[in-house]
Amino acid sequence: MSIDVLLQQIVNGLVVGSVYALVALGYTMVYGILQLINFAHGEIVMIGALSALFVTNALIAVGVPPALALVVAILAAMIICAIVGVSIERIAYRPLRNAPRLAPLITAIGVSIFLQQVAILVFGRNYFTFPEIISKAPIQIGAITVTMNEIVILITSVALMTGLLWLVNNTKIGTAMRATAENQKVAGLMGIDINKIIAITFAIGSGLGAVAGVMVASNYGQAHYYMGFMLGLKAFTAAVMGGIGNLWGAMVGGLILGLVENVGLIFVRGDYKDIFAFVVLVAVLIFRPQGLIGEKVAERA
Amino acid sequence: MSAVLDIKKLEVAYGGIKAIKGIDFHVNDGELVTLIGANGAGKSSTLRALSGLITPVGGKVTYKGQDITGVPSHALVGLGIALCPEGRGVFARLNVHENLLMGAFARKDKAQILAEVDEIYTMIPRLKERTKQMAGTLSGGEQQMLAIGRAMLAQPKLLMLDEPSMGLAPMMVEKIFEIIRLIAKRGTTILLIEQNAQLALEHANRGYVLESGEITLQGDAKVLLADPRVKAAYLGG
Ligand SMILES: Nc1ncnc2c1ncn2[C@@H]1O[C@H](COP(=O)(O)OP(=O)(O)O)[C@@H](O)[C@H]1O
Ligand SMILES: [Mg+2]
Repeated sequence: MSIDVLLQQIVNGLVVGSVYALVALGYTMVYGILQLINFAHGEIVMIGALSALFVTNALIAVGVPPALALVVAILAAMIICAIVGVSIERIAYRPLRNAPRLAPLITAIGVSIFLQQVAILVFGRNYFTFPEIISKAPIQIGAITVTMNEIVILITSVALMTGLLWLVNNTKIGTAMRATAENQKVAGLMGIDINKIIAITFAIGSGLGAVAGVMVASNYGQAHYYMGFMLGLKAFTAAVMGGIGNLWGAMVGGLILGLVENVGLIFVRGDYKDIFAFVVLVAVLIFRPQGLIGEKVAERA
Repeated sequence: MSAVLDIKKLEVAYGGIKAIKGIDFHVNDGELVTLIGANGAGKSSTLRALSGLITPVGGKVTYKGQDITGVPSHALVGLGIALCPEGRGVFARLNVHENLLMGAFARKDKAQILAEVDEIYTMIPRLKERTKQMAGTLSGGEQQMLAIGRAMLAQPKLLMLDEPSMGLAPMMVEKIFEIIRLIAKRGTTILLIEQNAQLALEHANRGYVLESGEITLQGDAKVLLADPRVKAAYLGG
């Protein structure tokens, strides 16, 4: 193994990992506030990718410049996913808020299957080609090769994550989100409408998921109704690895998972790539169930 | 005198078992009224029903002439009602300053809010020394001060306190009551719930004694303090 190959895989790992991180944030934010694993989050990512793909193609077809079409499509996908995410919470999860924890978990799996079926109805079962709008021509930087598409993915992810951290840590609504995550009853006593905060959480997580979906679709050049499954599972792994409920954990977990997968590819054939995520998940659950950054949940009221 | 808070035939139940069995009481404008009773008497249940944390199964709660029975807690804050819950309920992973700001969540007057945060810091200097400290790392007494300060930032007309002295050392209890006295003096109407009957009655205008979900005694706080039945049951002599 040469150092160049290693460097190349690290770069690839960071790109993929930053996408995992964005998706993982959706899992971890919802978990942090509701202690619910929203298994339908992967499908939100898929809906984001497919709706962006269709909007982009439609806009290009009527003569909109591709770059503008992409930007508009991403915004549209974010709005669509936010609406879907908020609706899922309102319709499927809220009535179960005081139910035993198994009930919302099974419901989440049901919602996930439901959304896949909806996607088949709306978009179809095909593998759709995502248009190459940001160039994927190789750029040589020293010994490593990247594409403009990858650079844009990395920069966008970092910008979105920075923005989210700022929002959560420095704004009134972010403080209310943290307060609600810690104690919904007392948050209510402060005048915080916790249902609104929960809806905002779903909207933000879903919006980030939409962007991640577009990133994956543009990076691999395709999207299909089933793409959310594996991606969702890996992002969930990343969230658990970092310590579910913890924003930094989701980000670090995503990056580590991306790195492990891609550096691992040096040693293992490509078709075994997906194994790493689950080896990591099992290892974390055995040796450090609270995650790398996760705190022991002790002070909960 | 006009009643700020008027409770009629309030009933609270947990899964069919009545914890509050139809009680009546009221709090007048500017009064400090205390509701005393032993552990399990139903004090917290009463406050939970008043603050929208649970919906009463019977009775009526009137605040300034308005029926607020069953109104959710987040909607009561805007009406001028604040509750300092049992066990303090500070946000452990928010710092002191953020906790105080959450008390003012429903307000928009940012400059005035910050001025009042400073006032709280002046009134409770211990909090000022710890503005950036996570609330979970504070001592019990400091957390109680924070909880009271936070409730005050809602600019309540009616402040309800659930056992602010619980689990605190006597010196700290003194300090907490000093703060309560200060708040009362500034004109805030207070409903104080306590197990520490002696201290509560010493500070209150009027008092009610709650026993197994029923009010058994009521009247002027000084009179209750001297009442042999109160003495026997709650004042250790
Ligand atoms: N969440 C609950 N579920 C069932 N019973 C409760 C609950 N909370 C309180 N109780 C019961 O209601 C009664 C009154 O409790 P509470 O209002 O907490 O009393 P206090 O605050 O005076 O100590 C007690 O018998 C208690 O066991
Ligand atoms: Mg109590």
